Amino acid sequence: MFAFILRRIALIVPTFLGVTLLAFALIHLIPGDPVENLSGERGMDSERRARLLHEFGLDQSLTVQYFKYIGQVVRGDLGTSLTTHEPVLREFATLFPATVELAFFAMVFAVCIGLPAGIIAAIKRNTVADYAVMGISLTGYSMPIFWWALLLILFFSVQLGWTPVSGRIDVLYDVPTTTGFMLLDTLRSGEPGAFRSAVSHLILPSIALGTIPLAVIARMTRSSMLEVLREDYVRTARAKGLPYWQVVLVHALRNALIPVVTVIGLQVGLLLSGAILTETIFSWPGVGNWLIHGVQSRDYPVVQGGILLIATIVITVNLLVDLLYGVINPRIGHG
Amino acid sequence: MRSHEGQAVPLLEIEGLTVAFGSVARPFLAVDGVDLTVDAGEIVGCVGESGSGKSVTALAVMGLIDFPGRVSARRMRFGGHDLLALSDRARRAIVGKEIAMIFQDPLASLNPCFTVAFQLTETLRIHGTVQERASRRARRARALELLRQVEIPDPATRLEAYPHQLSGGMAQRVMIAMAIACNPKLLIADEPSTALDVTVQAQILQLLVRLQREHGMALLLITHDLAVVAETAHRVVVMYAGEQVETGPLPAIFETPRNPYTQALLAALPEHNLDQARLRAIPGVVPGQHDRPLGCLLSPRCVYAVQRCRDTQPALYGPPGRQSRCFFPLDDAGRPTNDWEREAAATVDSLAR
Repeated sequence: MFAFILRRIALIVPTFLGVTLLAFALIHLIPGDPVENLSGERGMDSERRARLLHEFGLDQSLTVQYFKYIGQVVRGDLGTSLTTHEPVLREFATLFPATVELAFFAMVFAVCIGLPAGIIAAIKRNTVADYAVMGISLTGYSMPIFWWALLLILFFSVQLGWTPVSGRIDVLYDVPTTTGFMLLDTLRSGEPGAFRSAVSHLILPSIALGTIPLAVIARMTRSSMLEVLREDYVRTARAKGLPYWQVVLVHALRNALIPVVTVIGLQVGLLLSGAILTETIFSWPGVGNWLIHGVQSRDYPVVQGGILLIATIVITVNLLVDLLYGVINPRIGHG
Repeated sequence: MRSHEGQAVPLLEIEGLTVAFGSVARPFLAVDGVDLTVDAGEIVGCVGESGSGKSVTALAVMGLIDFPGRVSARRMRFGGHDLLALSDRARRAIVGKEIAMIFQDPLASLNPCFTVAFQLTETLRIHGTVQERASRRARRARALELLRQVEIPDPATRLEAYPHQLSGGMAQRVMIAMAIACNPKLLIADEPSTALDVTVQAQILQLLVRLQREHGMALLLITHDLAVVAETAHRVVVMYAGEQVETGPLPAIFETPRNPYTQALLAALPEHNLDQARLRAIPGVVPGQHDRPLGCLLSPRCVYAVQRCRDTQPALYGPPGRQSRCFFPLDDAGRPTNDWEREAAATVDSLAR
């Protein structure tokens, strides 16, 4: 187990180098620079521009800049934002809970609907229920988030007026931030109605973000379940006289979950990237929204640091999934 | 011990069992009109080649034939229950308790995600005694006792093992322990030793016979291994292409087979071919869905086949308990009867042979 974790951590180092190089290269490839962005439409005289470029260290060669950046990162310093002059790490830490909250509920939505839907499709194979589940999930998977989110807003918020259009909570409430997770904070604040408001703000973004993972989970569960239901041990379970639901939910599902858990883990990375679009559309004050602003204002430290931190999280989650894999599948011991 | 005529009602009584797969318009009959009775405490061997419908018969008794398979029978009774009329729920109350089954590949038949203890106690949780259903400790104690009964060394440790940590023989012992957990009246063993090493095979069969005697349960032993049947069974049913072709008590059925198929099977045994350079085999394969002969299903492969065999299906002839599906049942010397020579001479292609 321990050796396995060590091996995986050793593998992380080259991955990180790749991520930093890619993030650095991409953001520097975009035309424009932070100073140009600061100067606005009226422009700036060249002397002042040169001074600012020197101040930000942008007058050096890219190679030097990159190695300076790596040196910083190794010491745990992700730099400060060029627009807000706040440390990148602190900004990220403030905004990250909002993204986690959104991603978490999107995942809950995806698993709670996708898993049962996949199971039903498998046991009702080649029936209307199966075709419905597979058809809807294929539609959901093919739906671009930005369009799907707008449809949801148009229908539920504008037409029916059931849910708010954007934000994390109604402006009427002033909830002190303690954990950063709105649902927990509103509960702790004890303000009446605040929790309800937070929940209603969370619904549409969670659905928009959770739809693609839902579709993937439903399809994966179905195919994995179909495979497992043919196994000899399922026949043994039935030969014991177990009720059908127990055969399916205990004996078959436990085995069918093994590949599904891997897929759920892989979806976490997708959720964080999908969050960028979702957060922008719903004005959700999370990391995705912040990264988009970073790109727009060519805030190099924000973009590089943000990508690096998100990559760290995705890698960590994947490592956790690998470890979990050994827990749910007794045939694999990470010894 | 081998006589059970005193029994008025058999434990398991099947008449005209048919299991069809495929479309309703053009069904494929995996089992076609099989009759089978098993008395209490009796060992019945069911032999036949692969694809002869042995396993499907067993699965039909267990109620494990799934859509698109269709089971029908004139009569299917077990210990006073009409299996054809039972609801799924009532059927499940019998299956696993009064009828239990073990399968060919023990390692694949155990769920890889659960420990031996979980899979053993699960049966007790639904079918066990009042005490076993209520108490976890009672179930564990019984599970331990069951592992001892099937002669698993170090049973306390094995309880916590996962199937992948067991050998094939060990896994089959666990399967047997699971099957006998509720003292079934009938144990169906579907090729219980086929997937195992030769030495382990003998041990498993010995174990089955011992448990059968100790528990007084009936054993339906499905196998393609005639030697296995000869050593253990009281009575034998020979199946071919979904039909029963011969039935009779041991050793009579093997000493003086009445059906050419049984005769050919016996002739193919290695111990009967000691002086030959090549093993004698039955030419051809069991007919499938698309090449079923019009007449006797064995006719394309039978050395005695005449024109009548190719045109019409024979019924089962002979006294109850010693029947054979053949127009020319073999006599004690192994020669076809009923004027076979005359019909053979009349058959044109029999001359060619």
